[in-house]
Amino acid sequence: MNLTLKIWRQKDSKTKGQMVDYKVTDISEHMSFLEMMDVLNEQLVNSGEEPVAFDHDCREGICGMCSMYINGEAHGPDRGVTTCQLHMRMFKDGDTITIEPFRAKAFPVLKDLVVDRSSFDRIQHAGGYISVNTSGNTQDANATPISKHDADEAMDAATCIGCGACVATCKNSSAMLFVGAKVSQYALLPQGQVEATDRVKNMVAQMDLEGFGNCSNTGACEIECPKGISLENIARMNRELLKATFKS
Amino acid sequence: MSKFFTSSIGRKYAMALSALFLMFFLLQHFAINILSVFSPNAFNEASHFMGTFWAIQYVMQPILIFGVMYHFIMGFILEIKNRNARVVKYAKNNGSANSSWMSRNMIYSGLAILGFLVLHFIDFWLPEINTKYIQGDMSGLLADGEGYRYYEELTHKFVNPLRVGAYILAFVFLSLHLMHGFSSAFQSSGVSSMRKEKLQAFGKAYAIIIPLGFILIALFHHFNH
Repeated sequence: MNLTLKIWRQKDSKTKGQMVDYKVTDISEHMSFLEMMDVLNEQLVNSGEEPVAFDHDCREGICGMCSMYINGEAHGPDRGVTTCQLHMRMFKDGDTITIEPFRAKAFPVLKDLVVDRSSFDRIQHAGGYISVNTSGNTQDANATPISKHDADEAMDAATCIGCGACVATCKNSSAMLFVGAKVSQYALLPQGQVEATDRVKNMVAQMDLEGFGNCSNTGACEIECPKGISLENIARMNRELLKATFKS
Repeated sequence: MSKFFTSSIGRKYAMALSALFLMFFLLQHFAINILSVFSPNAFNEASHFMGTFWAIQYVMQPILIFGVMYHFIMGFILEIKNRNARVVKYAKNNGSANSSWMSRNMIYSGLAILGFLVLHFIDFWLPEINTKYIQGDMSGLLADGEGYRYYEELTHKFVNPLRVGAYILAFVFLSLHLMHGFSSAFQSSGVSSMRKEKLQAFGKAYAIIIPLGFILIALFHHFNH
């Protein structure tokens, strides 16, 4: 198929960017979206132009590196997939595809489609972990019984890959689905209880500090999340914060 | 605790609590107004009680005014903060692919309701305050002393078709606001999804029945006056 691409080009974080049109030809419907971007970049390099910078790593939907806002949706029009898992069969010959970086004040553009998502790392550092000594005295995993329901819910929350699609798609650039998932994965397990109070308070405080917006429950994040993280995690985070406030 | 209410989640709780309070008030307002369709006497009695009972006037009324003001002011503050959280807007954004129109436009339906409240205050609240607390007439009686004035005042307001039209339009916006606002208030309060499914169905019914009821009351008095 032949396509017209409207891509956000920005030299660096200090330079103003703009949308630039490109044409790509003979794109196979079996290609992934990133492979199509590779074809474009090869074309640009061959003609002596600067290739389009974009984040990617595993290309199998696990690492959370690829981003891109494609035709007005985070990770494009398909559901439950990252950009690297998006196939060109989702588009038609002759289509015009708009490709932009994830946009949020807390995700500044570094170059073209690459954004700085280190705000997520700082939120994780504020409490998204448990403090345990793993140097040889690891407890048997089955020593602490956990109900199937709680284990499943915690695992579902833990599937968040921190890609930032929730922030990108939220009309308020809110990070509450990400933080909700990170709080939930520990809140449901006994190992997470010891630091539960500080965890939720510190992670929410860091989230606010980073300049993310406020959740208004549109539910867009849940729909666009490549891992299907549920809004229930935000409700749980809200309960956890209220509990932590009363405890302290 | 003060830190909690200045956090993003604390503000969500506060918005949700004020919304739940306002939705309860709306239900009570509707329960009294619907009496005017079936029994002018019952409507007069209920209105007189609400307008003169000290706990309603001096405790609930200030709480209600605070609740309304808080909900609007915080709504605007959050809207400004949220807009500032994305400096460069998307060239193409397909919002309808993942969220409802109602949920994305709460600020506009809220502004329409605010506009309606100004009209409603001029129509009913300010004349009521003037009669009771400036002129000092707490009797609730008509000028000729023959019965209560409340039903007469209500029906008189719905003679003008332009006012009825404005009320209908405002209640359509109220319905749109409640379509998202009802379930959103419970989600913000941390209510789990199991119970939320039933609440969502109840919320949709509330968001349609109550505003539609208010519209029918306005039309009933317009055509029966």
